[in-house]
Amino acid sequence: MKIVKLSKTNVFQFVDHLKSFGEVHAPQRKGKKSSAFQPVKDNSKLLLSDENYTRTILPIKKYFHKPIDTLLKFSPGKGFEDAYEEEEAKVLFGVHSCDISAILTLDRVFAGKYVDTYYFRRRKQIAIIGMSCIPDEYCYCHSMGTDFVEDGFDLFLSDIGESYLVKVGTSLGDDMVSTASDLFIDYDEKDTDEYKRRINEFPTLFVTKVDETNLPAILDMEYKSEIWEEMGDRCFNCGICSMVCPTCFCFDVNDELCIDGESGERKRCWDSCLFKSHAMVAGGHNFREKRSDRFKHRFLHKHQEFMGEFGRTSCVGCGRCTQDCPADIHFVGMVKRIKGDIACVYEGNNKK
Amino acid sequence: MIKYEQKALLNNPYLPLSCRIVASTVQTDDTMLFKVRFEDDRDVEAFDHKPGQFVQLSVMGTGECPISIASSPTRHGTIDLCIRKAGRVTEAFHNLGQNAVFGMRGPYGNGYPVEVMEGNNLLIVAGGLGMAPLRSLLWYALDHRHRFKDIILMYGTKNQHDFLFKGELLSLINRNDIKTLLAVAEDIDGSWTGEVGLVTDLFDHAELDAGNTFAAICGPPVMYKYVIEKLLEKGFSKGRILMSLERKMKCGIGKCVHCSVGFKYTCIDGPIFTYWDAINMREII
Ligand SMILES: Cc1cc2nc3c(=O)[nH]c(=O)nc-3n(C[C@H](O)[C@H](O)[C@H](O)COP(=O)(O)OP(=O)(O)OC[C@H]3O[C@@H](n4cnc5c(N)ncnc54)[C@H](O)[C@@H]3O)c2cc1C
Ligand code: SF4
Ligand code: SF4
Repeated sequence: MKIVKLSKTNVFQFVDHLKSFGEVHAPQRKGKKSSAFQPVKDNSKLLLSDENYTRTILPIKKYFHKPIDTLLKFSPGKGFEDAYEEEEAKVLFGVHSCDISAILTLDRVFAGKYVDTYYFRRRKQIAIIGMSCIPDEYCYCHSMGTDFVEDGFDLFLSDIGESYLVKVGTSLGDDMVSTASDLFIDYDEKDTDEYKRRINEFPTLFVTKVDETNLPAILDMEYKSEIWEEMGDRCFNCGICSMVCPTCFCFDVNDELCIDGESGERKRCWDSCLFKSHAMVAGGHNFREKRSDRFKHRFLHKHQEFMGEFGRTSCVGCGRCTQDCPADIHFVGMVKRIKGDIACVYEGNNKK
Repeated sequence: MIKYEQKALLNNPYLPLSCRIVASTVQTDDTMLFKVRFEDDRDVEAFDHKPGQFVQLSVMGTGECPISIASSPTRHGTIDLCIRKAGRVTEAFHNLGQNAVFGMRGPYGNGYPVEVMEGNNLLIVAGGLGMAPLRSLLWYALDHRHRFKDIILMYGTKNQHDFLFKGELLSLINRNDIKTLLAVAEDIDGSWTGEVGLVTDLFDHAELDAGNTFAAICGPPVMYKYVIEKLLEKGFSKGRILMSLERKMKCGIGKCVHCSVGFKYTCIDGPIFTYWDAINMREII
């Protein structure tokens, strides 16, 4: 893999250069502590690796699988038509490896026998520039094997102190670098040593660790466990954990009529398997009637069923669900409890 | 940015094709049988389905819903859909009227494994609206009669007003290459000439060779329980019992996750599952 070095003093210049490849979006402060991917207007507002920001409120799935997406237009005269409108190219700058891993997972979900054209047309339009990060108390990507990505980015910037090592992942990434060659220099032995020191140290920075080995087999045995009832009582079924999760992708589809009462649009929007209507069929029969049924369904889908379908759990350990759950459910605690490691489920009272 | 074949992106799997209602006949108070056809002859040509598959039906402004194909692939050209008014889309479809245009995409789902079933006896057990997907299998088997050994049809409904495809099924009684057993649970006006009882009572009138028979069943959830009990009692292996499942579906193509049961998506891995698959899946009935 081609690797070059970018001095931190050149970063803003490089971001300006990237604007010729598309609208640059990067993490910027939203609330006091929260951050979000937003269009970059003022480079000084960017959150870079040493800004100590960990996760954005929403993951970058919002760019590919939009919260609300118009699929089709329809009218009696023209029938149904594809409503996709080609958007201008974008460059997502500063994506962490867990979120890149999540996109690689969504790629598999939206491919398969029926290719989701909306998702992949956007995938072609949007470049991804990754950036290394420092874990906080919610992160456990190292446990999930997503703290390091070899694929899924056009460029990846690893912080080595005064500068970044820039891995070039695609030919587009190569274009980005070679058209600004005066911003980059070759790295030397000292840089290699610093890079090695940092990646070796990285696993020791995690407070939250979990071992999911054998979890699918254990979940089979614990299918009727009282844990699910207990969690069902605690969970509000608000669906926040699904909305913020970089690998949750359920959606609902609805038609919206125009004022003429005939033509309109078919839209999809993010849904959650925690919502009561999710498995309800005509006539009102609900295959997951109880809150505990639905809580269990999400958990099993992520940690067991994905294993069967794709050979890995869909959780990338970004920590969003635990950080944002208003019922203070600690999902790592859940895993540990089911595995029989510890007795407590919620240890999140010290949140925010 | 992803390297993805441009070709795959030309084919939008969510885009319904234009269809027209050719004819419709009232079946019960809330159920009608529609004969439909794609507007474009090339779409008619290209459409090929297996018994047990379904389509996603679109009525502009109300949305989409899954409906089983009630006609056999051996009768090419038009497609039969037997639709009960259950909510927004199905109700709107009932109100469309002759020649109305609507959207349809598919076929979806696995369908019955007919290649495996051929060469065996076929037992079809239906209850109520469950006859709709099984009608496709029934006519597939009758149109390829030599590919199957004995064929037995058992169909039961609440009463004679709920009986679907009445004329067609009653006329099968006179055919000697199929044993047709029909029942109503309640004969409300004394006009019923056949069996009065539950569909499970019909088992008393049939000789079954469990080892060489595939049983295809479809009906309301309560029916499955009792029919499966009967079949197991008769010595059927769980892998020879084929059931058709109903789930909420939004996309039909394995993306929206509404129809997931355990490891499986009803829309892609089903809707036809063997009883063995079913007992190994969670939340099944
Ligand atoms: C594979 C498959 C094949 C099928 N084949 C056929 C067929 O051949 N013929 C046929 O008639 N049907 C068939 N169905 C069932 C059919 O798809 C449903 O009846 C249909 O989706 C109803 O859609 P709708 O828009 O008319 O109803 P909707 O308005 O969408 O109503 C259904 C939804 O509304 C909600 N809802 C409905 N009733 C209530 C209630 N009482 N209380 C609370 N919420 C409620 C539920 O969320 C439910 O999902 C099939 C289903 C599947 C999965
Ligand atoms: S965020 Fe917490 S309370 Fe809300 S649905 Fe998820 S687990 Fe339940
Ligand atoms: S389940 Fe929670 S920790 Fe895992 S990827 Fe989703 S939001 Fe992140």
